[in-house]
Amino acid sequence: MRSHTDAVADADIPGDAQASKVEAPDAAGDVILQVQGLGLAFGPRVIQRDLDFSVRRGSIFAVMGGSGCGKSTVLKSIVGLLRPAAGRVLVGGEDYWRGDEARREAIGRRFGVLFQNGALWSSLSVAENVALPLRMFTRLDNAAIDSLVRLKLALVGMEHAAALSPSELSGGMRKRAGLARALALDPEILFFDEPSAGLDPVTSRRLDDLILQLRDGFGQTIVLVSHELPSLFSIADDGVFLDATTRTAIAHGAPATLRDTSTNPQVQAFMHRERVGQEGA
Amino acid sequence: MTDPRPPEYALLQDGTRATVLLHGEWIGQSGQTPHHAEAVLPDPAGDLRSIGFDTGGLGRWDSGLIAFLWQLRRRASERHIEFDASGLPEPSRRLLSLLDDAPPEPLPARRRSALLARLGAASIASLTGTGELSSLLGSLTLRAAAASLGRAKMRIGDLFDNLYDAGPAALLIVTVVNVLVGAILAFVGVVQLRRLAADSFVANLVGLALVREMVPVMTAIIMAGRTGGAYAARIATMQGNEEIDALAATGIPVGDYIVLPAVLSLTAMMPVLYLYGCVVGILGGFVVAISMLDLTPLAYLQQTRASLPASEFAFGFAKSLAFGLMIAVTSCRIGMKAGRSAADVGSAATSAVVVGIVGTIALDAVFAVMANAIAY
Repeated sequence: MRSHTDAVADADIPGDAQASKVEAPDAAGDVILQVQGLGLAFGPRVIQRDLDFSVRRGSIFAVMGGSGCGKSTVLKSIVGLLRPAAGRVLVGGEDYWRGDEARREAIGRRFGVLFQNGALWSSLSVAENVALPLRMFTRLDNAAIDSLVRLKLALVGMEHAAALSPSELSGGMRKRAGLARALALDPEILFFDEPSAGLDPVTSRRLDDLILQLRDGFGQTIVLVSHELPSLFSIADDGVFLDATTRTAIAHGAPATLRDTSTNPQVQAFMHRERVGQEGA
Repeated sequence: MTDPRPPEYALLQDGTRATVLLHGEWIGQSGQTPHHAEAVLPDPAGDLRSIGFDTGGLGRWDSGLIAFLWQLRRRASERHIEFDASGLPEPSRRLLSLLDDAPPEPLPARRRSALLARLGAASIASLTGTGELSSLLGSLTLRAAAASLGRAKMRIGDLFDNLYDAGPAALLIVTVVNVLVGAILAFVGVVQLRRLAADSFVANLVGLALVREMVPVMTAIIMAGRTGGAYAARIATMQGNEEIDALAATGIPVGDYIVLPAVLSLTAMMPVLYLYGCVVGILGGFVVAISMLDLTPLAYLQQTRASLPASEFAFGFAKSLAFGLMIAVTSCRIGMKAGRSAADVGSAATSAVVVGIVGTIALDAVFAVMANAIAY
């Protein structure tokens, strides 16, 4: 949802309740998502600990790190699939895991998630996949749902494949269909798990462009988990770097900035595709 | 929270140019945004040549507005009316630039074919299926022979896991069902035979019915539901995860690795379960019979033994061997032929159970006819 304020008299527009909660007297400014002291574990096995970061509204925030450092697990605990062992996840200032199930569901409706392989529901057609959240959570009539579904599919360039079933789609099409589904409820925050994994560089680049255009269009906040360097450098404007050995965040900032200024050898190795411990560039 | 102003529009025409005034909150999920852009443009268009926008009163908006604008632009381009987006907010122009006016040619979805075509396809498929089933059976025989010489690529650990799953793990349900079947037969027998003063023949009824028909069929039905369904679902899931492809690409024969242990263990375990089922079934009948009749336990057991020559057991034993083989082979084949989606796993399991049960009964009928023919 976008508050269209430019060229419009501000006083004219009634404030959005959710937005005003976020924009309340928060010292950090316009922060939509905040992670405080987050610790994640599977039983005795600690995945990550003491994570702190905040995501500004309208930014593209990258959760970076090598394979197996727990990036996707962090994402899961933010979107409500895995209860953290410690710490808090604040969405618009509200503690996500503190609320009861109904409350969590209400917050979750402001999220859109694109899973690694699209995770389309295989018994439904592409159009039905996008329509299902609208049918479940809104009282729109069929004509309204159809028009929104067509729009979402057209935005990701999938209008022609509306009637196909997920098993008939290629990997790239599956991602785009998943993106259309994630956009179905006009979420405030979009989460992407490895958006470009398994795609060729050209398709991956096109997906990056699409993500940027959608962000600029709808003004959404995007949190993405990735280890694809080209994609990270081109779209992310903030981020956190997770380390698998120390099991916590070792750097904060935009990927391109980290590449140029970070002194941490792990971060440098990652950003320049070196073996850890190797000298020089 | 102030009450949101509903989305509204108005068209102000001035000569050849018209301005669309947009007002209020255009939130798609409110259900209030108009989605029939035909109504906006006058019909016929008259001398209207271009439309522009005034968004002075526009509040919050989301895809509800974009859907409306997109339709309006499509409509305008159909009527050769210029669509001047410059009055729209910059972000909405970006989104509109992602959208095509001409709807692309839809890719054809899989369509349902005509009845006759489906009937033909089904007949061909069933013939193919029979052929494939026999070739699977043939290759399994060869691989089993190879395995007995230690030349197959079957892992012994897998065989033991499968054996445990098809045998000891099924004991409880086999016990419960067969004890109850024995008890039910005894009830029915006692009530009916008492009228003829043929009380002691309850033992014959229970023993013969169990050993010849009930235990092999009931046990096979249990195993079709329990183990056959599981085989089909497991193999179908492996199909969906490309595990089967990975085996084939690695050069591991799928038959040796997955099908052979499953078929061997179910075929080996079914007769064992049968014998066990006979014992517990007779025990169930025994408990009911002696509690209802004036018969000593010893007399009942002797009567049972006298009525059951070893050939009856051999008959039941052979039947359960055949049932086990049939259930295992058809379930595995159904799993291998399954599609790759979650729904396909479910339908594979269902059809494995259905085929297993129907096949058991049908095979049992064949056995009955054959036994009758040779007066066995």
